[in-house]
Amino acid sequence: MGKVVVVTSGKGGVGKTTSTAALGAAVARTGKKVALVDFDVGLRNLDLIMGAERRVVFDLVNVIQGTAKLSQALIRDKRLETLYLLPASQTRDKDALTEEGVAEVIARLRSVFDYVFCDSPAGIERGAQLAMRFADEAVIVTNPEVSSVRDSDRIIGLLDARTMKAEQGELVQKHVLVTRYDAARAARGEMLSIDDVLEILSTPLLGIIPESQDVLRASNLGSPVTLSEPLNGAAKAYLEAARRLEGEDLPVVVPFERKGFLDRLLGRRAA
Amino acid sequence: MSILDLFKRRTSAPVARERLQLLLAYERQSRGQPDLVSILREEIMAVIAKHVQIDQDYLQVSMDRGATMSTLEIDIQIPNKSAAPLAMAG
Repeated sequence: MGKVVVVTSGKGGVGKTTSTAALGAAVARTGKKVALVDFDVGLRNLDLIMGAERRVVFDLVNVIQGTAKLSQALIRDKRLETLYLLPASQTRDKDALTEEGVAEVIARLRSVFDYVFCDSPAGIERGAQLAMRFADEAVIVTNPEVSSVRDSDRIIGLLDARTMKAEQGELVQKHVLVTRYDAARAARGEMLSIDDVLEILSTPLLGIIPESQDVLRASNLGSPVTLSEPLNGAAKAYLEAARRLEGEDLPVVVPFERKGFLDRLLGRRAA
Repeated sequence: MSILDLFKRRTSAPVARERLQLLLAYERQSRGQPDLVSILREEIMAVIAKHVQIDQDYLQVSMDRGATMSTLEIDIQIPNKSAAPLAMAG
């Protein structure tokens, strides 16, 4: 039985899809069978980030409506043979996903794959709730910024109330993944620190992804950053986060920025 | 205060942290609860309507949450009977 992990955030643009691709590829690199499911019906993008946009024939909605088989809709990654993608459809019909349909697809994926990553749409509406509905674990992607932290808190509330696990009296295991972290700005007290974010959300940390050009370059090329440039900073952080997700006890090192001479002279406080 | 303090820039992250802590403490507590302000608004409206005829638009209910105390502000405008014909004439 595979594990179902939802990648969610509430707020849009914080890096859910990028993180789904990077974490999924990182886990698949270790030989585990991984399926990435795009739940962003109407605004799919995981196919583009994975570089599979020209290979999409059938999608999640086709499978749910019975017009395609699951095996027909799954796209196998060209770089990693253990990595698969189930794209979202481009339909504008918001009710294209049904709870029963999603339940069945997730159950079948779970029986074949070691990990099923569900890329949630932004917001707290139906699509986001269906993406988290059958999750065992959740990766809450958060930027160190007030609106993102507030939305993450809201999502944590939903994970504790509206998921299958929660309704059965269990808990979805939650992890915060801080993305777009800028060590220099945090050191100058211009950005919420990791401690601030963790204290406010009181949820364990999965990793810290530094703000990086590599991530944009990987998206441009249609390759998860953990595959295209595994030695770069952001990719390393994702690879480590993936190991923690698999249960490894790996300490998180907060990216450190040396204080400049002027900062020290003027006694600027590190947050 | 040392002379160096003059050059210290006030950092914004601690402000962000405090604002978030205050806001989230409130939001977590009120999660799943019906919206207090709209309930108050409806009930106040019902009480006033028993005695005076007013329009929905003349009742404003707002809440300003502070760290230790919150203020509930209720603003009701009751049109004067004598003013009504004037307004109509105007």
